[in-house]
Amino acid sequence: MIRFDNVSKRYPGGHEALSNVSFHLPRGEMAYLTGHSGAGKSTLLKLIALIERPSRGNLLLDGVNLSSVSNRKIPYIRRNIGIIFQNHHLLYDRTVFDNVALPLVIAGYQHREIGKRVRAALDQVGLLTKEKSDPITLSGGEQQRVGIARAIVHKPGLLLADEPTGNLDPELSREIMELFARFNQVGVSVLIASHDQDLIKQMGNPVISLSQGRLERNDLELSHG
Amino acid sequence: MAKADSNQIARSSPLKAWGINHLRTFIASLGAMFRQPASSMMTIAVIAIALALPSGLLVVLNNASNVSIGWDNSAQISVFLQADTSEKQAQKLLNKLRLFDDIQQASMINKDRALEEFSKVSGFGNAIDSLDTNPLPHVITVQPKVDPQRPDKIRHLLKQLNEMPQVDLAQLDLQWVKRLFAMLEIAQRGIWVIASLLGIAVLLVVGNTIRLDIQNRREEIEVTKLIGGTDAFIRRPFLYTGFWYGLAGGILAWILTAISIGLLDNSVAQLASLYNSGYQLRGLSFGETLSLISFSCILGLAGSWIAVGRHLSEIEPS
Repeated sequence: MIRFDNVSKRYPGGHEALSNVSFHLPRGEMAYLTGHSGAGKSTLLKLIALIERPSRGNLLLDGVNLSSVSNRKIPYIRRNIGIIFQNHHLLYDRTVFDNVALPLVIAGYQHREIGKRVRAALDQVGLLTKEKSDPITLSGGEQQRVGIARAIVHKPGLLLADEPTGNLDPELSREIMELFARFNQVGVSVLIASHDQDLIKQMGNPVISLSQGRLERNDLELSHG
Repeated sequence: MAKADSNQIARSSPLKAWGINHLRTFIASLGAMFRQPASSMMTIAVIAIALALPSGLLVVLNNASNVSIGWDNSAQISVFLQADTSEKQAQKLLNKLRLFDDIQQASMINKDRALEEFSKVSGFGNAIDSLDTNPLPHVITVQPKVDPQRPDKIRHLLKQLNEMPQVDLAQLDLQWVKRLFAMLEIAQRGIWVIASLLGIAVLLVVGNTIRLDIQNRREEIEVTKLIGGTDAFIRRPFLYTGFWYGLAGGILAWILTAISIGLLDNSVAQLASLYNSGYQLRGLSFGETLSLISFSCILGLAGSWIAVGRHLSEIEPS
């Protein structure tokens, strides 16, 4: 699903956020990305989501070389990725339903179909009763779950999460991670950036660890190499 | 079968998705304007006033042209015939002139009757009576057909008349007609200059409104880009908003113009009655109304296009 091949990312100004990173996340796999802050976790996710482009090396997503994708194609590639942010990135001027519906609206789904799929997604994250609420009235954990519902409503092949439990207490964090595990069980590839070592250990998924932009640990390579 | 159909359309075809999105955005952007009535009305009013001013001036100018066409018809060419022309010859010439295409009407002032009238009106009766012969020539007055677009036609007619053998002198003071046309021409150009400047103002007003709108919706734009919204998708609501501003501004401009004309109408009718004329102000014609509103829509669309082009690309998720 994701293949990094000697990927480096150097920001303007000379800071090298990633150096010669190589790994392969097979389709349907779920893995954790760890490292101290500043180790390059966010940069790695941004490269996959095409928010940033690699400076060197090849990055393949679902067989497509992201280094050579034109700007016009970016939206269509992103539609196959569900992205979850630490700060939710919800739109507070509209209801939970409308937030979750956004990816379907973009893809041009029909009204009735949107209703069905949004409710299915909200049901999966346990927020079916909140569809008419304003996001601002929800708790942090609930807002995060709205963000997750929005990320999975259009059934993407890959879920990316950047510190999805950053602001949550351990119990809620665990619930969120188990939610990701459930999506993984139905075939969605999942890559979660987190620094919550205890939780990651409990979940028992492969771990990729970064330190100062270099790959420090790669369970994926071991299990599939 | 209905079920199969709905399944097929569930993930709409690209063209259908495009159509659905357009319709949705078309209506949603109108709804968004209604949700912020105060600020929307402000923008619309600015557009309307900026457009009502030149269109009002244009109405005034059109009316001035209409009135001046009436005046042109009263323009006369006096054709003084040679002193030795007999009344019969003069009558013949008159009949000939009446057949000219460029002449609307021609009539003759008989030199005997002219003398009679002159002696009566002028008070020189005795002096005139002492004259042996009538010093006045026959005069034919000619009303030329006037085409405001072609003042040179009158000049041509004048030249033709002057070249006739029985004619001593044909004269017309064309100067004032020329001056009037020149003034109307200047006024017209002035209005176009004003209209262009105000059109640019409308462009900037819409552009600025859309720019603020874009800034206010920065978060939404970033999120939309992140979940796969194309630039066209993100651009669309802003373009439609610009279009709605233009449409509403154009319609309001038309209303303002109509109200202004209504306010002037009575005074103009009064003035016209003083001149024994039934002249009535003419407002914007259907075609002019249509052009005003379409022009306004185009300005709105163009203004938002400029803003979107300049500011949307600055917003990228990070």
